[in-house]
Amino acid sequence: MVFVQPFLDMMDPPEFFFEVVIGGIMSGVMYSLVALGFVLIFKASGVFNFAQGVFALFAALTLVGVMTGTLPVFLTPLGFQVPTWLAIIVTCLVMIGLAVVVERVMLRPLVNQDPIIGFMATIGLAFVLEGAGDILWGSSVKALDVGIPQGSFEWLGMQIQIFDLWAAVIAGILVVGLAVFFQKTAVGRALRAVADDHQAAQSVGIPLKSIWVIVWSVAGLVALVAGIMWGSKSGVQFSLSLIALKALPVLILGGFTSVPGAIVGGLIIGVGEKVAEVYWGPLVNGAIENWLAYVLALVFLLFRPQGLFGEKIIERV
Amino acid sequence: MTEQAGPGENGSSREDGILLECRNISLSFGAVVAISSVSFDICKGEIRAIIGPNGAGKTSMLNCINGFYHPDDGEIVYRGKVRRQMRPYEAAASGIARTFQNVALFRGMSTLDNIMTGRNLKMRTGFLSALLYYGWAEREEIEHRRIAEQIIDFLEIEAIRKEPVGRLPYGLQKRVELGRALAAEPELLLLDEPMAGMNLEEKEDMCRFILDVNDEFGTTIALIEHDMGVVMDISDRVVVLDHGAKIADGTPDEVKGDQNVVDAYLGVAH
Repeated sequence: MVFVQPFLDMMDPPEFFFEVVIGGIMSGVMYSLVALGFVLIFKASGVFNFAQGVFALFAALTLVGVMTGTLPVFLTPLGFQVPTWLAIIVTCLVMIGLAVVVERVMLRPLVNQDPIIGFMATIGLAFVLEGAGDILWGSSVKALDVGIPQGSFEWLGMQIQIFDLWAAVIAGILVVGLAVFFQKTAVGRALRAVADDHQAAQSVGIPLKSIWVIVWSVAGLVALVAGIMWGSKSGVQFSLSLIALKALPVLILGGFTSVPGAIVGGLIIGVGEKVAEVYWGPLVNGAIENWLAYVLALVFLLFRPQGLFGEKIIERV
Repeated sequence: MTEQAGPGENGSSREDGILLECRNISLSFGAVVAISSVSFDICKGEIRAIIGPNGAGKTSMLNCINGFYHPDDGEIVYRGKVRRQMRPYEAAASGIARTFQNVALFRGMSTLDNIMTGRNLKMRTGFLSALLYYGWAEREEIEHRRIAEQIIDFLEIEAIRKEPVGRLPYGLQKRVELGRALAAEPELLLLDEPMAGMNLEEKEDMCRFILDVNDEFGTTIALIEHDMGVVMDISDRVVVLDHGAKIADGTPDEVKGDQNVVDAYLGVAH
């Protein structure tokens, strides 16, 4: 039953199946956006940035706050609207400023420490930033509209959300840009060098400080994009920081060090979840969407711990 | 100044002029004194060895020179100027390259990428210009790649060009590390035990490379090494440290006969 019936359902009618798959791809793209931020920092500093989800939340909160002309902390409207493009620029600057502060306060004292120490520091950072977001912008759910077209159209008998298409296009541009940046430019190589060995990187003349600021800025900007997309879709709210948890299985699937891996991992999880929920859900009373990603991650940890695209773990003894 | 009888007769590859001079360098970590008031100089174009028993402060000395540590006391004169406190990347920018005792390569990257990283300081295209016009970055990349290939050629590691360095045997890793340091076209090259853990053949290769670098590029080399045969063969002058203090300084022959050195290595009868 469990093994046959769902497959029969998929064929009947096939349009509906494809619609489910496309829906899955689109939510997968959203996961990928968050996962990307993790991969960036991991590649360039060897640290798993637990705060990446909160980064996205913080960026979205700041963006909404600036757009609506709200005075931070007191939450009083200043009585004017800031144009979207200007608000985005301001938020970018805030994220870059945040990167500078993180480098100065958190990273610099931890040079040459084990990655696990850095990881713990990012947990602290997540809490600090979440609290800061609460104090600065309040904890109510806010609507975010940056002018991404909404609505849907029909194509080959399938309903397609225009918003989802935009998300896919933006994610695509980000990925190509980042892949070229990391693989083809001298700065990208310097970033990878820093990730491998702080001391050696310094000895060939790479200044750790500026490299870290660059990485965390880029991660902040990717978080902003993720925050905008998620915020536009489901409102800017504090549960946004929890999507970071969904990014974990995505990373395990794709490999922590691979930008394309983050994308493919996100898509697999997005599609897997939706298909499983729609076709297998009724057979097991639903809620598959909530745990499937983690089970997949577990299977991968058992059989392919470096993920689909990660660097092979080499150990010489 | 503890300047001793001096460098003795001129070494074959020595030119006049002091490239770097350490004056009364002291360094301690808490109560542990790593270096106490050590002075010595490195002349342009020579191969200068720093030797001494374990824990003598040799590596600490190199770390001071390339900016990892900042001496508590004393000064470092480089190219005739007293150097202010300096970060490692600034030292690198001023022409000091080094290798490490426990190979410190970028393990995830290929041999070629490791060596290209060594060219980092020579690259002009920044992050923004690379974004604006990829052509600049590409043209520059090709130019640096040419130099990297010359180094690969020089060190005879063509076959492992694309290999991730984490997979290479130890001897080759050390050679790649030397390549990365050479890629910066340094004026002063610091080698921390370049031959540790190598077999005889690898050692001979490494000796040849060091001598060739010194000969062909005129690079000044300061090296730490435990293999006395090697040290006495290739170096022009030797400084001997023991328990953080300088106990001898001079040509290999002078140092070999020095009673203090013999005592430090073999122990003294009490």
